[in-house]
Amino acid sequence: MPDPTAIAPPPSFRFSRGQSIALVFGCTIFGAGAQILIKTGAQSLSSAGVLAMLTNFHLLAGYSLYGCSTALLILALRDGELSILYPVISLTFVWVTMLSSLIFKEVLTPLKLVGILIIVIGVAVLGKGGKQ
Amino acid sequence: MLLVLLASFIGSFGAVLLKAGAGRLHRNIATLIFNPHLAAGVALFLVSSYFFVLGVRHGELTVLYPLVSLGYVWTLLWSRLFFGEPFTRSKFYGLGMILSGIALLFAGR
Repeated sequence: MPDPTAIAPPPSFRFSRGQSIALVFGCTIFGAGAQILIKTGAQSLSSAGVLAMLTNFHLLAGYSLYGCSTALLILALRDGELSILYPVISLTFVWVTMLSSLIFKEVLTPLKLVGILIIVIGVAVLGKGGKQ
Repeated sequence: MLLVLLASFIGSFGAVLLKAGAGRLHRNIATLIFNPHLAAGVALFLVSSYFFVLGVRHGELTVLYPLVSLGYVWTLLWSRLFFGEPFTRSKFYGLGMILSGIALLFAGR
């Protein structure tokens, strides 16, 4: 299991809590973009073969974005609290819902809008609250 | 349902390993590439999404998707256990709101 003494990064460059949250914020935008691209790619897939998947531009772009998203998360986790940063990823749901309504014309019901609002407020409460 | 719960559980350990691996990062590319914690964390995320896909194949997405977000609750526990991050009121309130928001989001489909 992780050795807590090894967690402290060198003091030379450390992200503040706000910067770490901003990194996860970027991670959620990349993650949402990845999901939209993978959905688009999956819809345009002519056959279910591995070759078709590996040569599908949307799928490749989607998985690359997932890679970028994970990289940002790792960077954020280096200095930030896991218990604060991990739930911020739920913003991905917010972006995916909004992008799906724009791109795939999925209906934005009032219930969905309320859900989005509550998630956003929850993330704000989590990020603002407590001491560093 | 059990598969999805398992997925959320595995995914939360993935996050713990990513955090552990991230703590070992320095300005040296080798600390990124030869980082067993990060590799294991990413692997656990992949395993987690495999179980998730298996789980949602035969089930109601409106119930199963919010279940995945229980991973945030496990992560709150592991963060305290492994990294000594304190439980705070704002973490519980924020997490509670996020979980209800996700439940509403998927109930609204």
